[in-house]
Amino acid sequence: MARYGMAIDKRTCMGCASCVVSCKVENKVDETAFRCRIVQRSTGEFPNVHLDIFSERCNQCADAPCVWNCPTGASHYAGGGVVLVAEDLCTGCKACMAACPYDARFINEKGYAEKCTFCLHRVKQGMEPSCVSTCPSRAMIFGDLEDPNGALARTLGARGHRALKAEAGTKPNVFYLE
Amino acid sequence: MERRKFLQIATGGAAAAVGGVVAVWPQAAAGPKLVRKVSTFCELCFWKCGVVATVEDGVVTKLDGHPSHPLSMGRLCPRGNGGTGLLYDPDRLKKPLIRTGKRGGEQFKEASWDEALGYIARKMERIKSEHGPEAMALFTHGHGGSFFGNMLKAYGSPNIAAPSYAQCRGPREVGFQLTFGSGIGSPENTDIANTRFLVLIGSHLGENMHNTQVQEFAECIRRGAKICVVDPRYSVAASKANWYLPIKPGTDIALLMSWVNVLLEEGLYNKEYVDRYGTGLAELRAATKENTPEWAAAITEIPAETIRTVVREMAAAKPAVLVHPGRHVTWYGDDAQRSRAIAILNGLLGSWGSKGGFYLPGGVDIPKYAVPPLPKPARAALDGAGTRYPLADETLASGLCDATLSGSPYPVKGWIVYGTNLVQSLPNPKHTLEAIDRLDLLVVVDVLPAEIAGYADVVLPEATYLERYDDLYAGTFRTPFVALRQPVVKPMYDSRPGWWIARELGLRLGLQQYYPWRDIEQYLDGRLTKMGSSLGQMQKAGVVVYPPEDGTLPADHKFDTPSGKVEFYSKTLAEMGVDAVPKHYAKPEAPEGHLRLLFGRSPLHTFGRTTNNRVMGYVVRENEVWVNNKTAAELGLKQNERVRLVNQDGVKSNAVRARVTNRIRPDCVYMVHGFGHTASKLRHTAGRGASDSELVTRVSVDPLMGGTGMFNNFVRLERGA
Repeated sequence: MARYGMAIDKRTCMGCASCVVSCKVENKVDETAFRCRIVQRSTGEFPNVHLDIFSERCNQCADAPCVWNCPTGASHYAGGGVVLVAEDLCTGCKACMAACPYDARFINEKGYAEKCTFCLHRVKQGMEPSCVSTCPSRAMIFGDLEDPNGALARTLGARGHRALKAEAGTKPNVFYLE
Repeated sequence: MERRKFLQIATGGAAAAVGGVVAVWPQAAAGPKLVRKVSTFCELCFWKCGVVATVEDGVVTKLDGHPSHPLSMGRLCPRGNGGTGLLYDPDRLKKPLIRTGKRGGEQFKEASWDEALGYIARKMERIKSEHGPEAMALFTHGHGGSFFGNMLKAYGSPNIAAPSYAQCRGPREVGFQLTFGSGIGSPENTDIANTRFLVLIGSHLGENMHNTQVQEFAECIRRGAKICVVDPRYSVAASKANWYLPIKPGTDIALLMSWVNVLLEEGLYNKEYVDRYGTGLAELRAATKENTPEWAAAITEIPAETIRTVVREMAAAKPAVLVHPGRHVTWYGDDAQRSRAIAILNGLLGSWGSKGGFYLPGGVDIPKYAVPPLPKPARAALDGAGTRYPLADETLASGLCDATLSGSPYPVKGWIVYGTNLVQSLPNPKHTLEAIDRLDLLVVVDVLPAEIAGYADVVLPEATYLERYDDLYAGTFRTPFVALRQPVVKPMYDSRPGWWIARELGLRLGLQQYYPWRDIEQYLDGRLTKMGSSLGQMQKAGVVVYPPEDGTLPADHKFDTPSGKVEFYSKTLAEMGVDAVPKHYAKPEAPEGHLRLLFGRSPLHTFGRTTNNRVMGYVVRENEVWVNNKTAAELGLKQNERVRLVNQDGVKSNAVRARVTNRIRPDCVYMVHGFGHTASKLRHTAGRGASDSELVTRVSVDPLMGGTGMFNNFVRLERGA
């Protein structure tokens, strides 16, 4: 059974937001909303500054509080451990939004909870998620964490990385390469 | 669950209708879809990446990077990804318009194409008979402009200019031509992917989002090449660098010449390369004798030891060193000399024509479609290129504007403006509007109603790049290529492709002989057939890529300079009575209480052309003014507080949010260019953010080539906006 994950290289991410726009077009996201975003965080005093740049999205947690806090079962695990929202079951109650440590969800214009799907509809056709396929820096790697020979597992094995808010204990599947 | 939200769901998404939200995603009918993939190339900026469009039942639903196009390699920048936001922009120009109110009042009546083109042709005939054909000028930016250029040449005018020269990359072309006999061109012939040491001087790759350059920059980081970024602002690129040099603005030449000094004094330059290809080393040595790192440190505010360390590391990586020439380089008015200093440094390291430096690009000659010889204009262009600005080798947009205002050396009575919003693309819009006041005819051909359209006598709605053919693109690159722009969908509204507009106007002006083709398909197929291809073949492939060129210098290479060598000392410049070796001169300093105004790019926007695009438009909806946190503390300025910028001449900007940050020098402010639109019909972006262009009232013109230096302007921040 596949377990999909993602690695994002903070060294080469330029924060250009190609991922953000590509995702928006691929998934016809509401005009004012986004499923992913760019974070830039600088520390220090000029000119001795350190700048972190990366993109954030749903971490597709293996122990996802959005799933077990959803009162109707709309938030659920689909193939590859990807968390999806079944629109016909969603009431827009926002319990998932309150439970998510990553602020990865929003209520769309139709009134349902919406979030990154790892572009499962593309993955099923053998394609990469839209953000990964367009990233000009090739800073994003998508793959099966269970496949030890895949590019994702090999990269994570070779390079230092960490997950966001690992202390929340939700077992996120998006990793940031240092 | 909130009851209100439930009601919204129950009523089938009433929320979507609230607040006049425009449908950015046109819906194809339900049921099975006819899906097509069409290859073309992008025009969201002028890099012209290959694109594959997905069309579902006539609706463009996705744009992806063309996998085999050398400039995209399957990937697109955010703007290219958001191209449908231009196609489906509800504010697009939809019908030809003829002005009814006063200039700038944005009042028009809708007209038929026949009426609008007839009106323009009559006015152009009158201008020709009263003032001569040279009294018509064309300002153009973008690939589709070629048909208007040809039309105006056939009409008899040499006054054809793109702001991309004198307002952007012109100085570096001149600086490199003087040194290597060859300019940089576009795409830049920089071998970033293979360099061992990359130096960026004010060039903010990653924010300046030219796709190929950024792809290669990432590759350069991955390979562990050393990177040095010189910039008053801690850019994204700076965050990737081994050395960040927070230079005092306007002192780059001092830094560059001190690097030259160390290379010569310590014998670190590429002796074999310089001996084989160079000339004027002794003069260079003499001229830079005093330019020690200690001397430069006092000017640039960069420690002498840092200056030494960086250049020694650079020398250790030679010849795979790339001191990047930049792209928008019209800063202080001595920009051709700064670009030449960059060229000289590259020459000493031997990077021109070396792997990891500058490759020698290959190109493809596509045979022309046979037309009669174009008439020779009776009078030369009046922009000052080659005369007042002796080294300018392209027409100066700013020069045309100046001459229109002065009426000298002869009057200009009509402008055609294609794809460029001159109110923002030329500095000091007040000056531009005064020139427009002198015109009998202003025609704007564009996709969106930007400010310039508001001043036009006639506005012609062009089809977007996704709806039209343009001329072929013969790309110069490591792997030369030929690319086709073709319609992905039919033109919406009453918009027409540029080639059609230019041809129809030409026919009405009696220029039939220059249009031996009836339509663009015949024209393109005619050109392609002559090179053994066909339009049908190109429609399928989108791009044909030629084998890679070697790209390195042959041992007996003759440079296209007067001496045939790399000219470290320029006799051309000496004979003109100017510095044959670049020298640092002090720039104007900020008046009391003022900060130097710098501007640059957001990766999501191409100047002001994309700020109305609703697909990208919510990611970066308005610009901010970057202020150093210590400066802000002195002013009592808070994060996100709205301020106005007031320049040294009292020009006051729109209100804009302050971005208080540790990423800029305390003596500068920075804005992203292209915001502060006043055109009311750009409904998404009008009134948002501030325009840097209107604050650039002091233009420092480069005496060598007429480039308009824009970074010698100073602002104070007015609170309580």
